[in-house]
Parts: sequence; structure tokens; C-alpha cells
Amino acid sequence: MTQHKLVVDCSTGVTTEVELTAEEVAQMQADAQAYADAKAAEDAALEAKAEAKASAQAKLAALGLTAEEIAALGK
Amino acid sequence: MANTYEAIATVTVGSGGAANIDFQSIPATYTDLVIKLSSRTDRVATNADCFIKFNNDASNLTLKKLYGAGGAASTGSSSSPAGGIGTSNGSTNTTSAFANTEIYIPNYTSSNNKSYSVDAVQESNDASAPIYATLIGGLWSNSSAINRVTLYIEESKNWVQYSTATLYGIKNS
Repeated sequence: MTQHKLVVDCSTGVTTEVELTAEEVAQMQADAQAYADAKAAEDAALEAKAEAKASAQAKLAALGLTAEEIAALGK
Repeated sequence: MANTYEAIATVTVGSGGAANIDFQSIPATYTDLVIKLSSRTDRVATNADCFIKFNNDASNLTLKKLYGAGGAASTGSSSSPAGGIGTSNGSTNTTSAFANTEIYIPNYTSSNNKSYSVDAVQESNDASAPIYATLIGGLWSNSSAINRVTLYIEESKNWVQYSTATLYGIKNS
């Protein structure tokens, strides 16, 4: 599918619909991939943090702390 | 009272959609810039991350953001995605519902690095949808005066028809 951009020339107020060049499409795809990679890394970091928290809570529970006591540690 | 807030240009997306909204040849005669954006995208999801770049440079951008999701109350903070301006509505969100975004760019002709701030919120009229409200403090680490601002969407998606962006210039006197 051909994609377009809306170019607004602020010196004249004229808006033009322009088809994206191959270079612009490639740049958009590269930007999208970079974003997807960054998002995946962030999601993985959040997941690892959540897993570490759950593991720590399980160990505290095994030591005999109640759920209320464990929750109080996080406040 | 001086008229310090002027609309420089407004653009409304047509029936074919647009991947980019690209304000070019921005005059250097103002102190600050503001962009008001009413938008919706064709990303097949309830929401889509949206981005800004200055002078066609998508690098050297960093941010910190605070956000809340409305479907199930939550908050969080993050330093990604670089160049982010919050989320807009995707194609599976409530029909004809649009997101609202304001982007403030102070001292855009300065030779220092350029900061920007964003206040963005999606609308859906649907309590079950994960609707985001986002506050962002961003930075473009570049000393060039800003003369071009481009707005675009993740996954190379399109702004859909009736999405509207207005660029305002603000003078300090």
C-alpha cells in the first residue's frame, strides 16, 4: 500500500499530500524496528523485575512472614 | 493585551490517511511552539504510540513519562520510547473516538538543547478499553533551531481521516 505524508509549508500555509519516497519508507521501517526492539527490552526488564519481586515475596513467606507483613515492607 | 498566541498552520487528514504530518519552514519569529493534535490511527489495536521528530532527526531524543491506564487503574513511569508523545486511538477503539494531545516546545530557536512537554489522553467512552493518559518531559539534544516538526506513529501506521493538527507560535511580548 502506498503511503503519503502531509507536508505543511508554514511560510505559505499550503498543505501538500506527497507520496513517501523509498528512502522515507525504509527510514520509517527502521524507526519502527528500533522502537519495537526498545519496547521488547523494556517489557523484558519489567517482567524480570516482577519475577524477582514474586520470588522475594515467596522467600519471605517461607520464612514465616504474613502477607500483610510482606506488603508493609513495600510501603 | 498583546496577541501572543497565533495559529501558524492547521492540517486535517483526508480520506486516504497520512503516515506523517510534517510542518516545514516554521518561522523563527516566535518564542515557543505549541501543537494541538486531535488524532486517531489505523493501527489494529486499541492504542498506538505516537512520536515527534525535529528537523527530520529521530535521534538524540530522550524522555521521562508518567502514565495511567483507565481500563484498570494503574500508573507507571518510563524513559521510552524515545521521541514519544503518548498514545492515540487505534482502529479497534470505539468508533470515531479521537485522542487529544498538546505538545509544548519552548525556546525552539535556542542554540541550546530543546526540551518539550506533552499532555496526552485517549478517549473511548468505553470503560473496558486500556486508555492511557500520559505526561512527558522530553529532550532533543541538538543545538539547531527547530524549523521542522514531524508527527508519526509506531509500526509505520497512518493518521486517519479527520485527524487534525494545529501548530501555534507564542511570542513573549
